Amino acid sequence: MREFERTKIVLLVTIALVALLAFVCNRSPEFLQSRIYDILLGIGISIILAEGLNLVNGYTGQFSLGHAGFMAVGAFLGSAMSLGIAFPYLDGPTWAGAGWTVIFKVLQQGFAWLVNAFFWLHNGIIALSSGAPGWAKFLIALIYGGATAALSGLLVGVPSLRLKGDYLAIVTLGFNEIIRVIIQNAEPLGAQRGLTGVPSNTNFFWVFAFAALTIYVVHNLVHSTYGRGFLSVRDDEIAAESMGINTTKYKVLAFVVGAAFAGVAGTLFAHQKQYINPESFNFIRSVDIVVMVILGGMGNTVGVCIAAVLLTILPEILRDVAKLEWLPIWLREVAENRMIIYSLILIILMLARPQGLFGGWGKKKGAA
Amino acid sequence: MDSSTIEFIQQLINGLSLGATYALIALGYTMVFGVLRFINFAHGDILMLGSFAGFYCGPWLTAFTRKLAGNPDPARDLTGIQEWVGPWESLLGLALVLVVVMSACAVFGMLVEFLCYRPLRNRPRITVLITAIGVSLFIESMGQFLFGAAPRFFPELISDRSIDFSAHGEQWAGLTLLRSQVLTILVTGVLLIALTLLVKRTKIGMAMRALAFNPTACALMGVNVSLIVSFTFGLGSALGGAAGILSSIERPSIDPLMGVLFGLKAFVAAVLGGIGNLAGAVLGGLLIGVIEIMVVAYGPATYRDAVAFAVLIVILLLRPSGLLGRNVREKV
Repeated sequence: MREFERTKIVLLVTIALVALLAFVCNRSPEFLQSRIYDILLGIGISIILAEGLNLVNGYTGQFSLGHAGFMAVGAFLGSAMSLGIAFPYLDGPTWAGAGWTVIFKVLQQGFAWLVNAFFWLHNGIIALSSGAPGWAKFLIALIYGGATAALSGLLVGVPSLRLKGDYLAIVTLGFNEIIRVIIQNAEPLGAQRGLTGVPSNTNFFWVFAFAALTIYVVHNLVHSTYGRGFLSVRDDEIAAESMGINTTKYKVLAFVVGAAFAGVAGTLFAHQKQYINPESFNFIRSVDIVVMVILGGMGNTVGVCIAAVLLTILPEILRDVAKLEWLPIWLREVAENRMIIYSLILIILMLARPQGLFGGWGKKKGAA
Repeated sequence: MDSSTIEFIQQLINGLSLGATYALIALGYTMVFGVLRFINFAHGDILMLGSFAGFYCGPWLTAFTRKLAGNPDPARDLTGIQEWVGPWESLLGLALVLVVVMSACAVFGMLVEFLCYRPLRNRPRITVLITAIGVSLFIESMGQFLFGAAPRFFPELISDRSIDFSAHGEQWAGLTLLRSQVLTILVTGVLLIALTLLVKRTKIGMAMRALAFNPTACALMGVNVSLIVSFTFGLGSALGGAAGILSSIERPSIDPLMGVLFGLKAFVAAVLGGIGNLAGAVLGGLLIGVIEIMVVAYGPATYRDAVAFAVLIVILLLRPSGLLGRNVREKV
């Protein structure tokens, strides 16, 4: 109990500090335009993504390779909220002349009702929030992005978390693709063109307040009764089950929380870049996040945080290296293609130091 | 026969020839899973390497065989079996390309196994999984680095043309069958028979089956486990390379990321048939190919790449051991 009090104070102090820093930043318009500011926002978003995935991959031991899919859900639905894009309701099937196909038509009708219920909620929130001030609208978009991503996490998690290891990795990767293909076919969300003109609401305060909140929630969750459940699932699923732990519940919970934070990060990302395209939430982005978690050491909050910072700065440094003219041309080309370096990091790390760069740091002996 | 039936048969043939490629890749997944119990993520990228190997050595080898045959006119009229599969000198060229590419891919697969997977033999499965993802990404990004990211046009190894069906009877009008499709299905069939004989009738095949059945007992009986694992990787990669050549003949645009979707769909095929089961991999491959083409032809074509995953999710929920797989109980 005392630990929770302490972390809560740390959280509040951090948010106050972030607000202060944001206030100072806002005094200097040149800084807001600078590349460093952009990178800082990117770091915050990476921390939210990586810590969310760390809960799933690290603490619960379920290897998910589809985090970018949830980010896409948050990015597109959060932006739809900001832009006030309402969804047109689906039509039910035509019943005239239905023979044996009536089974399909009933299913189609049920699907349309379900989807329309969601659309009704979406359109309703847009209508209600239309008069709200900018910051409140953005907060609503953030929460909405997180909530819809959590919902999609639930839909994905319930069937796929019955699987383990390699299978789970590929199924989550598959869901990532499916989410992407659905968005590419959703005309209100811009289909293949993506969404443009998303308001530029993301700033220092929102990003780091949510990053602090993510770390706080993940830390407290892991150090609670639920955390014991997550760790027991990771360490030995069969033993946990035989001790009466509902492993499915814990796996799905971790998945949903991770997805929710990915959704928030997606909304922040969309409102930073002001332009989103379904192509940018592909497998490669999922790998980016996974590399952060693995490099930091799975199940190590501090390590993952450091790795998120490093791996957000690394591509920027590489971009600069690629511009250096005195370097041999092949080295510059390698620097331009960061995936070569990422994949080498993965392979060498697994061969030499599978617990991650910072694995074993910040851990008490015998504790999580 | 009315036009809709012809259309259906046409799509079925297209699906089967695509499925044959999936089947070849799925066999590699299944064999490696059988002996090592892990999914070789990098297997799809072997297909890409096979395609690029064919891209570089193909024109050279086909020119060589054409010269050997005294440079016959490629546009000449052909009859009999040659009408269906192309002139014999281009068949010889294709066989030569296949042998070269398959050996190259086999060597590469064994190299990957030796460098990346062998040191991790007794590590936790998640470590091996992450390494496999890393290897896959490395091959893809090195492919982009070495071959360039832009798609290339695969050289014409056989003189591909549609076979005229109306000459065989009025009722076939409207059906077009490409020589490459016939060849894909034929070559796949030959490779499958060779593989079955290898696994069922030879000593090394027996060792592979023994290893899949019980690795510890197998090692105690004096089987060189490392050698068998290496051989299995080589065999699987050779089939992947062959799939690369065959798929590129039909769909000549090749790029360094082509292996990703092929690999994933073939993996779905292996799971659909029951992973670890050779016949299952073939059945799954053909099914996935046909389903995909049917969705493109009769359903929402833009969902083409999502279909395989939908199938995967359904099969894992309804019958996780696959169509032909046995249900294995987990022991504590």
